[in-house]
Amino acid sequence: MDDYLEFEQPLADLDQKINQLQQQSDDSAESAEQIRELQRQLTELTRETYGSLTPWQTVQVARHKNRPHTIDYLSLVFDEFVELHGDKLFGDDRAIRVGFASLDRTKVMVLGHQKGRTFNDRTENYFGCAHPEGYRKAMAKMRMAAKYNLPVICLIDTPGAYPGIGAEERGQAQVIAENMYEMSRLETPIICIVIGEGGSGGALGIGVGDRVAVLEHAYYSVISPEGCAGILWKGAQHAEKAATALKFTSDHLLKMGIVDDVIPEPLGGAHRDHHKMAATMRSYLGKQLKDLKQQEMSTLLEGRYEKFRRIGEFVESEAVS
Amino acid sequence: MPQTQTAVSGRKKRHIPEGTWTQCPGCKARLVTKALERNQRICPECDFHLYVSAGQRIEQVLDAGTFEEWDGNLLAGDPLKFTDSRAYVDRLEAERKKTGLSDAAITGTGMIRARRVAIGITDSQFIMGSMGSVVGERLTRLVEKATEQNLPLIIVSGSGGGARMHEGIFSLMQMAKVSAALARYDQQGGLFISVLTNPTMGGVAASFASLGDVVFAEPKALIGFAGPRTIKATIRIELPEGFQTSEFLLEHGFIDRIVTREKLKAEIARTIDYCGK
Repeated sequence: MDDYLEFEQPLADLDQKINQLQQQSDDSAESAEQIRELQRQLTELTRETYGSLTPWQTVQVARHKNRPHTIDYLSLVFDEFVELHGDKLFGDDRAIRVGFASLDRTKVMVLGHQKGRTFNDRTENYFGCAHPEGYRKAMAKMRMAAKYNLPVICLIDTPGAYPGIGAEERGQAQVIAENMYEMSRLETPIICIVIGEGGSGGALGIGVGDRVAVLEHAYYSVISPEGCAGILWKGAQHAEKAATALKFTSDHLLKMGIVDDVIPEPLGGAHRDHHKMAATMRSYLGKQLKDLKQQEMSTLLEGRYEKFRRIGEFVESEAVS
Repeated sequence: MPQTQTAVSGRKKRHIPEGTWTQCPGCKARLVTKALERNQRICPECDFHLYVSAGQRIEQVLDAGTFEEWDGNLLAGDPLKFTDSRAYVDRLEAERKKTGLSDAAITGTGMIRARRVAIGITDSQFIMGSMGSVVGERLTRLVEKATEQNLPLIIVSGSGGGARMHEGIFSLMQMAKVSAALARYDQQGGLFISVLTNPTMGGVAASFASLGDVVFAEPKALIGFAGPRTIKATIRIELPEGFQTSEFLLEHGFIDRIVTREKLKAEIARTIDYCGK
């Protein structure tokens, strides 16, 4: 019960009512029918609520503590995951996990930001905010994937790249730039999925691919709503306004041609049913891998280039200045 | 500074036209603007390299009268219909009036000591030198033309803003777009000289500005990914002296040379010669 978000209070109330009735139930047909009716109502209300989330509510769902994280997908989507550690230069950033994995006999390299759920995990993973060594590790393993013809799958879930002294000393700007540069021409299929928070450069640092998809209640933004509000509205308390103005929810991303696909979430969000979410992702990945593996490398790379090349909104006037 | 105020108001009022003095952001010295302009806007007291506009930069780097602008006819759209304290379209209009630029980057071709180059300059005064679709598109076309015409590529960056928030995700994606174009240019053997000036931050630092085959920086420029205020708010300790300056980056191995403004043109020409372009 405690995993309901504030805006879900009506759902929580209904859920509680059902629980109470179930405990008091005298096993009569009448009370069973009453419970079924309330459950129908709960389903209907959940559908309504999640069918019209505000952008700020979407942010809360994307950050939900029970939302499946990268390691949850690693165990639920793939048949096996063999972690590969370290950037062979500085360290092993726990905010990014990477390794071999298999999916229905297809061998892949999979990587993603890992936020962590317990306090200790979250601290160890810097809340999913990677340092330069994390991005270097990711790139090194992606290069290896290309060498051995393994497709790459990137799961994006970060508030942003880590802002700190060490991160700057070790070239945070440089590694993000280099990853985009190398991924744009990496000779193997790449599928990127934003599974929670697509936070700015930290997301894009593992976000250049042949397919870019976003989960239904994830978001992908140039800046966090709090950061944007702090700069443009002079206070993080205006984050809700910024969230609306930035148009970063999945429906907008699809309409604006930023993502290729929106992957539907189970009723009430991915956190309500990890297994169902994983099954949907598994079938999506299977389909895309099959399609991408059939393409000639030159076609694949040309398509990837064009995909990012065409993004931009501007007016081109006839008169040449 | 109450003392200064008393001193000034105590004196008989004299008319000093606005802009006569410029304060150095580095050492806070009050400098005579005209003398500063003659010195390419370098502070004679502390060697801080003050802001120069994209237009002035062209004059400093290119052979006189050789610049030809490309894609000046691209104008920003407003894909998000974005409004904060004012509408983005109104902000654009005000920035155009203020700077005389159509957006935060100028691109084109010109000569550097008789060597033809493709050149792009971001101007840190136009919405903080931030990159939206127009900056991204102009730079991408610049890189593509440099690739087609086999020209050395120079991009002088000045951007406190990084990716432009007002165009949301479109701005973020420009980072990938320009970087991908640079990867193709690189594959064809192109020479990209990236020049970092004060300030080069965020999404600009984390894309084209960091991808030079050779990276130069002007002295004492602020260069980095996260803004100092964001870092301070996150880690809650004082930042070390000289953090995120050109000198800091040189020490940590991320730039090739610190180049003063008066030597920039010669250094670019020499690099082009060494690389046989």
